[in-house]
Amino acid sequence: MVFQNEIWLISIIGIGLVTLGFIYVIFQSGRSTDVAASQQAYKTSNVLRRWLFLILLLIFAGISYASLHTFPIPPQHMPLQAKQVVSVIGHQWYWEISATQFEVDTPIEFQVTSADVNHGFAIYGPDGRILIQTQAMPGYTNELLYTFDEPGAYTVRCLEYCGLAHHAMSVVLNVVVASGGHN
Amino acid sequence: MSATTLYPENEKLLHGESAVFNLYIISALGLFLFLMLLGLTMRVAQSQWIDVSAPLFYQILTMHGAGMVGTVGLATTAIMWFFLKKYVRLHLWAFLTNYILFMLGALTILTAVFIGGYAGMWTFLYPLPVHSVGVWSTNAAAFFMLGYLLIGVGMLVFYLDAAIAIMRVFGNLGRALGLQWLFGGEIDQTHPKTVVASTMVIIANTLGILAGAVVLVMSLINAYYPSATLDALMAKNLIYWFGHMYINATIYMAVIAVYELLPRYSGRPYPISRVFLWAWAVSCVFVIIVFPHHLLMDYAEPRWMAVIGQIVSYGAGFPVFLVTAYGVLTNIYRSHMTWKMPSRLAVLSVYGWAAGIIPAIADGTIRVNEVMHNTQWVPGHFHFYLVLGVLPMILALLYQVIQSRAQPAGDVVGDKLTFPVYILGVLIFSMAFLSAGRASVPRRYAVHIQEWLTYDKAGSIGAVLIVLAMLYFSVRIALGLLRAPGSGRAANTTG
Repeated sequence: MVFQNEIWLISIIGIGLVTLGFIYVIFQSGRSTDVAASQQAYKTSNVLRRWLFLILLLIFAGISYASLHTFPIPPQHMPLQAKQVVSVIGHQWYWEISATQFEVDTPIEFQVTSADVNHGFAIYGPDGRILIQTQAMPGYTNELLYTFDEPGAYTVRCLEYCGLAHHAMSVVLNVVVASGGHN
Repeated sequence: MSATTLYPENEKLLHGESAVFNLYIISALGLFLFLMLLGLTMRVAQSQWIDVSAPLFYQILTMHGAGMVGTVGLATTAIMWFFLKKYVRLHLWAFLTNYILFMLGALTILTAVFIGGYAGMWTFLYPLPVHSVGVWSTNAAAFFMLGYLLIGVGMLVFYLDAAIAIMRVFGNLGRALGLQWLFGGEIDQTHPKTVVASTMVIIANTLGILAGAVVLVMSLINAYYPSATLDALMAKNLIYWFGHMYINATIYMAVIAVYELLPRYSGRPYPISRVFLWAWAVSCVFVIIVFPHHLLMDYAEPRWMAVIGQIVSYGAGFPVFLVTAYGVLTNIYRSHMTWKMPSRLAVLSVYGWAAGIIPAIADGTIRVNEVMHNTQWVPGHFHFYLVLGVLPMILALLYQVIQSRAQPAGDVVGDKLTFPVYILGVLIFSMAFLSAGRASVPRRYAVHIQEWLTYDKAGSIGAVLIVLAMLYFSVRIALGLLRAPGSGRAANTTG
């Protein structure tokens, strides 16, 4: 499943659960209870809240571990063991890239910076979805490591507003089958 | 205070108070409508139904962003003032000063954008304001930043007055926050939730505004003395520290209306508890340190800050889900609830907040942020919890005020018809943004490609419904507010 679809699904399930909770209680809100039943409901709600707390804690702890134990951002102060290093400089309003043709299954290090203002360096796949991104910032170089896993035309778009022609700041990267490769 | 007093005597506004409150609210409603129309214009332009030039589009976007953040701040400050003045002695001059400086700031920003052509967004990320490639002048950028400073100073004046007033009654801000009861001791059940929330906002947002003031002054110096450069990453940290706390403070000020109003309609006490105090103490810390989640794609940012950004984003969900939303549901469950516009809007607002932060929390995950950052997923989640969360909190108080002045005090047919239209509009509008984010549509693009237009058109339809509903609410509330404060019913009870 496309990663964005997974995020969408999880969010919709979460929103759906909150919605159901509210709808259920709103439908119950018109009824009234006596004092004893009300006290019992209050006690039950406290027990339920403790369980909800534990469940949410476990979910968040699990996601944190799963998403952080291999840190998603490559180390910025050591060589990234890439086969190809590409210099990327953002300008108002174009990209200056030292190479625009790449081979599949080849780890590439993009060294991303800016000559003027903040830009966002986002690589869109042939299906139009974002694969990876980092900021291009004046005075800093962000090192992004990416391996293209299928050939095709990839589009770089600017994702940090940078002025009048921000929306037009894109460039195409061509990814081809490795020479002598199997793909 | 009884939980079932619908219109307490101590909420009646004196003549001067009523005039200033009306100024706040009628100005805010007018600005909301104007800024919503700007938002609608952008969605319709992205849909390619009308032609808006790129420079104008980005001016409109800048005005919409800066204006909405500021106006939500203005209206929610009025909520905090309205309820806090029941417990501590606030000075009307401080409240009025905030209003005057806000309006001066708003006028300055309007001038910078629509006369000066400034289009550097509400986030004024260094060095864009002074690096427009000739599109706008340095003076226009400086004017925009000066407008922010005026608004910030006004808010600080109000917070300072509120902080002094709170300390006079409760000793210090820690006691007002209820820290003395976190680990034990008998909690004073009369300690107002309003004071707890207001204190948290004063602490957090004062820090945020000061951070904003520092980066604004530095940027202004840089504008006229370019040799005095800033570190772009440091400037970005300060800007998001300010921006995040400012917009979050609006939610925490607005939710006071829910705490105050809801028990009057459920007829059930909504007492303070240790869990509640912990939630607000933790939220105070979290809201101050969570801002790195805006910089997850700045790889140069220290790794520990990115981790804090992710973990604290998750942590910030606990108080919202388990204390505010859960507390509201517990309070109204089988309560023989009286459903009127204030109670409908209050419950809706907490739903909008709780549901809307789910995609926001997801986006706080670094791995998710790599594919969602600066896509329309972001306006998707913040419009969800601002338009279905904060705005209904504001409307809940306003309906409460106008119903307290009306005879009879109930809803009219228009209210009942408009309420579902508003919800439907926000859901369509927000889900269109979220769906577009799923499809990787970038935010802040004046021109959209063909593949993205379906989302834009759906969003435009949602926006039309929101604007129509808001037009109705605004006229209804403005007319209600202009009634003489004393013309309504005397204090009475429900339940």
